[in-house]
Amino acid sequence: MIPAQHPQTSFWNDTGKTGIASWIFSTDHKRIGLLYFYSTFGFFLVGVLLGLLLRLELMAPGRTIMGAATYNAVFTVHGVTMIFLFILPGLPGGFGNLIMPIQVGARDVAFPRLNLLSWWLYIIGAAIVLVSLFTGGGPPDTGWTFYVPFSARTGTNVTLAVFGVFIIGFSAILTGLNFITTIHRLRAVGMTWGRLPLFTWSLYATAWVQVLATPILAITLALIMAERTLGTGLFDPTRGGDPIMFQHLFWIYSHPAVYIMILPAMGVVSDIIPVFSRKPIFGYKMIAFSSLAIAAAGSLVWGHHMYTSGMSDTAVLVFSFLTFIVAIPSAIKVFNWVSTLYKGSISLEAPMLFALSFILLFSIGGLSGLILGAAATDVHVHDTHFVVGHFHYVMFGGTGFAFFAAMHYWLPKFYGRRYAEKPAIVAWALMFTGFNILYFTMQVLGMQGMPRRYYDYLPEFATLNLVSTIGSWILAVGLVIMLVNLFRGLWWGAPFTGNPWGGASLEWSIPTPPPTENFLEEPVVTHGPYEFASLKNDGTV
Amino acid sequence: MNDQSHHIISYRKLTGIWLALLALTALTVGITRLELGGYKVLGALTIACLKAGLVIAVFMHMKYEGRLLRWLLFLALLTLAIFIGLTFFDVLYR
Repeated sequence: MIPAQHPQTSFWNDTGKTGIASWIFSTDHKRIGLLYFYSTFGFFLVGVLLGLLLRLELMAPGRTIMGAATYNAVFTVHGVTMIFLFILPGLPGGFGNLIMPIQVGARDVAFPRLNLLSWWLYIIGAAIVLVSLFTGGGPPDTGWTFYVPFSARTGTNVTLAVFGVFIIGFSAILTGLNFITTIHRLRAVGMTWGRLPLFTWSLYATAWVQVLATPILAITLALIMAERTLGTGLFDPTRGGDPIMFQHLFWIYSHPAVYIMILPAMGVVSDIIPVFSRKPIFGYKMIAFSSLAIAAAGSLVWGHHMYTSGMSDTAVLVFSFLTFIVAIPSAIKVFNWVSTLYKGSISLEAPMLFALSFILLFSIGGLSGLILGAAATDVHVHDTHFVVGHFHYVMFGGTGFAFFAAMHYWLPKFYGRRYAEKPAIVAWALMFTGFNILYFTMQVLGMQGMPRRYYDYLPEFATLNLVSTIGSWILAVGLVIMLVNLFRGLWWGAPFTGNPWGGASLEWSIPTPPPTENFLEEPVVTHGPYEFASLKNDGTV
Repeated sequence: MNDQSHHIISYRKLTGIWLALLALTALTVGITRLELGGYKVLGALTIACLKAGLVIAVFMHMKYEGRLLRWLLFLALLTLAIFIGLTFFDVLYR
């Protein structure tokens, strides 16, 4: 399936295999990147559909389109799909694979076969999760957190779903190992650590979290399986177990996982903002350092999910303190992005609009996170819609919008064709508006006391819930326009050649679409990724 | 790993380590019978760390590896130790 006639050297032409085998057995990082992109994005659309159904149910009090049990299953599958099948692998697996090896000046990742295995493990895990929905006791209804004791007792198909996620964990670990090795060993001549693009820096920090934290998720999920099938009693207090220990184990991984989701998104934004401001990035070293600081400090704050769990007051104090520390490197990034914009020659094209929305939405999400990180205020809003609004601001407003920015910024490079600008901006405006109506309302509802994870609510919450649901429709309309415009453009749009954005990192120095081994001749790097003065008059690097 | 860096360990040494592991296992069982209170856990964990250290150093050849690999492993173990350590702020003060 070739979207347009490309030069013989393009990776679309040169495979050696034919048909679907040239994709699913390819060890080319670009093909694997596109496989990851389409599979994760497919699951994103499934997640969106489930999210819209949830909002439809909450449009009015009482039963609207589904009952309590169905609602529980739908929000669980929405969460599992979005987190494990889309956000976690989406940016590292998709755009990380597509872009990182080119940005460091390599022909491929360090272990191309392992890379393919990572994708296969992801697909096998995802298939098992899908099978779990239709077999056994039906889709799990525990929420994506699989908290015991409920997850150990429910009759739904938790064991199989958890096993699927367990396998996906291995895919993440292998991708992390591959990326760390590639960035250490395969950098081109002259590509010093101080010349690495910030997207690659963020993937490097992410990869360490993937390698160090994911095994703990795998162990935790294995313990749920053991609890359900062998009755080990590890989390059962009547048999000497400790249910809070499950929450510790789960969040030891799942909080750092938030940084696996957000760090690459920050990398995308750090790469896009200087290009569309026509100005070198402000504070390169501090942005790179803050990625590592976020990865390190973010791994030590999991207890802030557990303030109301019955954990000791000392632990609450320690975790609350550590949580506030993470705000520092996050703020360093935000201030540096804003300083980059200052006195820049800003060009408001679609990738830039999505990147700018990231800064605003992530900041709202981050600041509401401080309300949750402070133990005293968290007790009031714990398990309310405030939390739902907060993490959607960070994960969707943050990572989601950065993902869309990356789609508009980098995908034309791989297809050699581009989308139409005006519909992309209309789509962005609709999504941005719909997003805020949808999730800001949720934060207000949470402050008023509306709990999360119930299909019904008190009549006084009716108006704002209706508003929130209308927001979800505006967002969905924007999303559809964006997708139609983007993919129609990539397949049949105007040619995209040379370096139209004016980027100075290595991916803009190679032909469009990239050749099979990326570089026609071995690159020698002589300048940093944001030194736009190095661009020649014709825009080439 | 290429042939030059592949280190061969003698059966004598391997057997010695195996016997040491068995002895440490016996010691773990032994201290459960002593009246040590909360220190029992500390004792058991210390012995477990010693055993893991022997396995990693000798059976897994880490003793003969380069500095980079040793540092990487150390980083992973340190992370794990910090994770476990932080949970004690909860468990010890409940």
